Amino acid sequence: MNGLIGKKIGMTSVFGEDGSNVACTIVEALPNKVVQVKDQDSDGYNSVQLGYGAAKDKNVTKPMRGHFDKAGVDPVKTLVEFRDFEIEKRVGDNVTIEDVFEEGDIVNAIGTSKGKGFQGVVKRHGFKGVGDATHGQHNRQRAPGSIGAGSTPSRVYKGMRMAGQDGGRRVKVRNLRIVKVLSEKNLILVQGAVPGHKGSLVIIEK
Amino acid sequence: MDIIKSVHDEITTINQFPDFKSGDNVSVSYSIKEGAKERIQKFKGDVIQIKGHGATKTFTVRKISNGVGVERIFPLNSPNIVDVEVLKRGKVRRSRLFYLRDLVGKKAKIKERKIFK
Repeated sequence: MNGLIGKKIGMTSVFGEDGSNVACTIVEALPNKVVQVKDQDSDGYNSVQLGYGAAKDKNVTKPMRGHFDKAGVDPVKTLVEFRDFEIEKRVGDNVTIEDVFEEGDIVNAIGTSKGKGFQGVVKRHGFKGVGDATHGQHNRQRAPGSIGAGSTPSRVYKGMRMAGQDGGRRVKVRNLRIVKVLSEKNLILVQGAVPGHKGSLVIIEK
Repeated sequence: MDIIKSVHDEITTINQFPDFKSGDNVSVSYSIKEGAKERIQKFKGDVIQIKGHGATKTFTVRKISNGVGVERIFPLNSPNIVDVEVLKRGKVRRSRLFYLRDLVGKKAKIKERKIFK
């Protein structure tokens, strides 16, 4: 799987060839450095480890510094491994947008969704809430309803969907189309929404 | 924000139309594709809102059609908009004219702003 690490810039809309207004997300993907190449002999599988964003010297641990020194690259903030990377690259090479993407490609976008805090079941799991506002109901409009039977099993099953922390987790959105590639600016326009807030890290994979 | 603007500068072509404001009576020529044929439809009404800026700017036109209020939102820079013609300049005291939705008949009429040269 080919891919790149980038940064979400924000959303906008552009006009398609037929004049349709297409909502899209701008992702900035500066050239990613290859930090490690794994293959069948060395690790038992094929993959390429890409690095994104220069790291400050004080934020690099000694073991990681060794890893970067071995590759002969400057320390980076984020490392992401892509399995079965189809583009032939060696350690220290740059992977650019042009290498990976072209217009019309169907890609997946991975990011950390916006944190929503502690939310009830209606927002978090799409429950409908219990009953009406009238007909004897009171304080039940956004309630979860029953969470299980009584004496048997006399416990609540694991994984029961309840209120709790919503958002702020890794989300993958599949089958997004690449509307435009602006390679000299290192920008990709992806149709639709990409998880995360502006400035957050996004992985685009093909 | 600057990056988004730079993307627009590169991709979107800004349409050049005569300057119009909320309250103006305009006629929007919009090209419609039906299969292979292409024809131009005109939408005539009052501008009740201009929203956004730059490449994603839009404006709303309201007209009364067969006694029913019809509103249409046009992206200002849509390649389908062929022309915007200003028919009348309106005299209004606000930029969003949503109060017109609640008015009918003569009350819903916008006074004309006379321009003396």
